[in-house]
Amino acid sequence: MKPIEAALSEQRQQDAQAGRWRRRPLIQSPFLRLTLWVGLVVYLILALGSVEVNWARVAEGAGRGLEFLAAFTRPDFISRWDDIWAGLLESLTMTVTSTVIGVALAVPVGLGAARNIAPLPIYWVCRGIIAVSRTFQEVIIAILFVVMFGFGPFAGMITLAFATIGFMAKLLAEDIEDLDERQVEAVRATGGGWWQTLNYAVQPQVMPRLIGLSMYRLDINFRESAVIGIVGAGGIGATLNTSINRYEYDTSAAVLLIIIAIVLLSEYSSSFVRRWTQ
Amino acid sequence: MLKLSGLGKRYPTGDRALTNIELALPKGQVMALIGPSGAGKSTLIRCVNRLVEPTEGSVTLDGTELTRLSGQKLRHARRSMGMIFQEYALVDRLTVMENVLSGQLGYVGFWRSFLRRYPQSAVLEAFRLLERVGLPHALDKRADALSGGQRQRVGIARALLQSPKLLLVDEPTASLDPKTSRQIMRLICELCAERGLAAIINIHDVALAQQFADRIVGLRAGEIVFDGPPGELTSDILTTIYGEEDWDTTPEPEDGAVDERDVPTPPTPMVRVAAGGVR
Amino acid sequence: MPVSTSSQGQPQWRLRTTKAQWLGYLAWLAGISLFLLCWKVISDNTMWVFVEDAGRQGTDLISRMLPPEWTYAHQLWLPMWDTLNIATLGTALGILMAFPVAFLAARNTSPHPLIRSLALTVIVSSRSINSLIWAMLLVTILGPGVLAGIIAIALRSIGFVGKLLYEAIEEIHPTPVEAIAATGASRMQVMSYGVLPQILPAFAGISVYRWDINIRESTVLGLVGAGGIGLQLNASINSLAWDQVSVIFVMIFATVLVSEWISARVRHAII
Repeated sequence: MKPIEAALSEQRQQDAQAGRWRRRPLIQSPFLRLTLWVGLVVYLILALGSVEVNWARVAEGAGRGLEFLAAFTRPDFISRWDDIWAGLLESLTMTVTSTVIGVALAVPVGLGAARNIAPLPIYWVCRGIIAVSRTFQEVIIAILFVVMFGFGPFAGMITLAFATIGFMAKLLAEDIEDLDERQVEAVRATGGGWWQTLNYAVQPQVMPRLIGLSMYRLDINFRESAVIGIVGAGGIGATLNTSINRYEYDTSAAVLLIIIAIVLLSEYSSSFVRRWTQ
Repeated sequence: MLKLSGLGKRYPTGDRALTNIELALPKGQVMALIGPSGAGKSTLIRCVNRLVEPTEGSVTLDGTELTRLSGQKLRHARRSMGMIFQEYALVDRLTVMENVLSGQLGYVGFWRSFLRRYPQSAVLEAFRLLERVGLPHALDKRADALSGGQRQRVGIARALLQSPKLLLVDEPTASLDPKTSRQIMRLICELCAERGLAAIINIHDVALAQQFADRIVGLRAGEIVFDGPPGELTSDILTTIYGEEDWDTTPEPEDGAVDERDVPTPPTPMVRVAAGGVR
Repeated sequence: MPVSTSSQGQPQWRLRTTKAQWLGYLAWLAGISLFLLCWKVISDNTMWVFVEDAGRQGTDLISRMLPPEWTYAHQLWLPMWDTLNIATLGTALGILMAFPVAFLAARNTSPHPLIRSLALTVIVSSRSINSLIWAMLLVTILGPGVLAGIIAIALRSIGFVGKLLYEAIEEIHPTPVEAIAATGASRMQVMSYGVLPQILPAFAGISVYRWDINIRESTVLGLVGAGGIGLQLNASINSLAWDQVSVIFVMIFATVLVSEWISARVRHAII
């Protein structure tokens, strides 16, 4: 123990003996503590100050907000059912195809991004792909792909597949990096080649988590498919966007309820699949 | 002082943990409760402070019926019964002093306790207790930085800060080595003598029980099968309590010589939190 | 691992039984047909002419994006500040609301099963709906601006933080909680002494993690009018100023990388 610490401890014991005790602050230095508090307050003032609120507009919109909440008690599935159905079908098909393609492509990228099995140049390329894919929100990527591939679910599918690659490959690479080295060595010691090592030592260790993550990503992709429609990449997002812009809250409520129901369903089934594969 | 009559507990699963317990504990008596694991020792002491709800019978402390109390009244009853746990049950991320002071929670309001503004008398007493259990220097250490024996000392200090009339002690030595076990038992008994406290000590170590307790109660399958002074505890009686076992091969059983089956397995977590009155 | 006996009396080993093998094939067949079916639906809804043109469109796009118009960056500091505020204030607000919800949703601290299912419903609804959708709704209600963005981020964060936090609460050690209850502490005191210290590290980690995600989410909220750098992005795209778009991309990229680094460092320090 440092001398200052020892003296402080002695002091606190004497205080406690006299019946004085306060919790020790998390940050010992009073100066640093003060600086942090002042910094926080200044930030809050600046940040809140830069939030401009048009109260007249808020008051005007409040009624609409109530209307929207009320819409949840009487969701309208029928009058726009054709649009909803078409959007939903696109969303679901986009989700399935993009997840399958994304995961299939994520496996080689993930292998390449694992430092313990990939050579350095490949490692950097794969890490680059992951960084780009993870940094940009799906919607931004969707904008670019819509420009390239035209409106419709194809651009959406590519977007989601691209986002899936970053997500899956990063986690897969991390998994491979903390593999149990002894198992890999044991298989290599039997004289197995690179592919055989992959098949017998790496795959069994990584597989359960890969399946679990794929299910999780399926769920995410569905949720994302509901928004990339806003920029024209197909799916139920377009339907939702239109209904909100037309103030048809009954239809919006119906769409949102469908989304929530599907997410719940997928969550339930993915926990089932995960238990089954373990 | 403490009186249990016709006390019974049946779990929702249908398992019967306690049947018709009759027990009276006078002031200042240290009673050891022995029996195989699953005999209902833990359930019995938890029925006293209602961490487990008894299903029948009554528990009275100084004439107050405890089984029907709720809210504020239950809190007041609980603070007069200090409890010491097998796994110490300290809050790991709080400091030693905070853990000891949590013995005062029944006396101070929420905001005071939340802001750690304890009255001077409480701090004074807390520090005195820390000195008494030999840990004044550990004041600001986090509870998880201490050894097992030290943690149990902090647990004892916490229980005593409640200024209880009665100590409920649940397997205080089960996680400790033989030497520390002895020290802890001695400390508990000394403190009981100093303050005139009654105590119920669940313990699976028969030798320790005989050495330190004034009275021994044997529990088997939820029923009292022996109640008497330590001297009357013969190997025949031990056989009734624990079942067939050749007790004579270890005439003076050492601390570590306890059959492994006797180490109680804690119940599953979820059940215990629910049972802990947190609901 | 079945070992059967062949007609010659030799033991044969196969990885799976015949039945399990057939079930496996069937599952694969079902999966592949589902994929092909989905592919067909998408293919029917796609104008393949445009897709074949993608390569040319792509190179055209890149040639317009390069070189980036760096001077445009000066107009981006204020929107970037707004974006950071949306993420930070939104996260703070979301955490504030998620905290009680998590306690109501955790099995061991919930006061009543009915309240628990209500809290779980709140969490699921908040999680299912993307912050961009929340923003779309809030813009029609509150009008365009940063406020709608902050609230959208907060509403989305409730579910994320709430879910992870209530899972952490359900995993705490029960014995300290029992010990605190045994001292005669009130419900609130049991929460603050028995439960809170145990979940604090998890709570801090979850919050920082969500903040990092929110930075990324808040970059697009402007597309629907909820403030931040997305507004500029939308304007630049609409005016086909792709050399400005590339500057915005670089800024977003840098900000997200920095926030991810901070979040990883903080989480590392906590654990």
